[in-house]
Amino acid sequence: MTHIGIEPGRLQFSWISSAEATKFVDVVKDVTDAIRALGPNTHFVKTLPKVA
Amino acid sequence: MIDYTQKIREIAARLLKEGTVDMVIGFRKGTVPMMNEPCFIRKPEEADRLVWDSHCGINLANYLYDRKEKIGVVAKGCDSRNIVTHIVENKIKREQVHVIGVPCTGMADKRRIGALSEKDGEIREVSEKEGRITVKGDSFTKTFEKKEVLQDNCTTCLHRNPVIHDEMIAEPVEEQTGIDPFEDVKRIEALSPEEKRAYFQGLVADCIRCYACRNACPLCYCPTCFVDESRPQWVGKSIDPTDTMTFHFLRAYHCAGRCTDCGACERACPVGIRVRQFTKKLNKDCVELFDWEAGLTLDERPPLDTYRPQDPNDFIK
Ligand code: SF4
Ligand code: SF4
Repeated sequence: MTHIGIEPGRLQFSWISSAEATKFVDVVKDVTDAIRALGPNTHFVKTLPKVA
Repeated sequence: MIDYTQKIREIAARLLKEGTVDMVIGFRKGTVPMMNEPCFIRKPEEADRLVWDSHCGINLANYLYDRKEKIGVVAKGCDSRNIVTHIVENKIKREQVHVIGVPCTGMADKRRIGALSEKDGEIREVSEKEGRITVKGDSFTKTFEKKEVLQDNCTTCLHRNPVIHDEMIAEPVEEQTGIDPFEDVKRIEALSPEEKRAYFQGLVADCIRCYACRNACPLCYCPTCFVDESRPQWVGKSIDPTDTMTFHFLRAYHCAGRCTDCGACERACPVGIRVRQFTKKLNKDCVELFDWEAGLTLDERPPLDTYRPQDPNDFIK
């Protein structure tokens, strides 16, 4: 995905077991922070025409 | 090349006469120059329709699966690798195919030749002799060195000789060495995200979503392709740039670890989109991460359907 131009860091992978609640929370926090830093995604977004 | 044609006809006639196979799939001359078409031969006396020259770029592995009869198939290096992939993916049994191996020296790029003779007019006839291709139109004749008008994928092909065969029509040809098949991919890798985006958006800008690239690819055999589904609809069907891009990278992902870089997709595209730029990145990743090139062996599972402890996984946090 980064090869076609998604910024590095916008796509992340984690492996979290259903028993790892704290890891889940940490990962969600980290990912949210990292993506906030990158700003809203403006690429590969499809804008549909507004229909009244 | 003429001897290749002769040899293929002889073999096809013999296989059908002896009953080794029920059908032979090869090429016949196309109705337009430089566009040979797949041809299904069922009777020995029809074998004379078969031909071989530098315009047999279509991948015949695409016609093999979901069939009952025993099939003889004419196969170049890349075709044979797609046959291996079919066998590995249980689309056909090894015993069901009789591979007639053709050592290949590359296929001609009809688009390149067309562009080089554009000013002269329409090409009506094509012939070939000793590594040279001659095209004729109403008021011109032009000759090209075949080396200079090869399909892009053939210039970097490392497996010109069939990897499996039941018989070969000629001695193996020398393999190309000292070439880096991934030079173009590396150039893109060096770009910034913005440049990459611009490059790929530009690449597919003319795509009309006809799916000829998918249809030409032997890997694309799903009964209903994700692009054709409407419940659920996985990808938008318009030519909105995001929809088109989504189609292209998903198509490539579906070929990950399976693509042989045969070039059939690119050849089929009516608007000349270099769709292999997507699959080649994944091919390169497969070589680097899994030491894998598709379709070289019947004895190993492809990297995407097997787990090895040493598989790289640092991308998972
Ligand atoms: S994606 Fe293209 S190059 Fe790869 S196997 Fe399919 S047709 Fe051949
Ligand atoms: S063959 Fe060409 S125009 Fe048709 S869907 Fe593929 S890339 Fe697009």
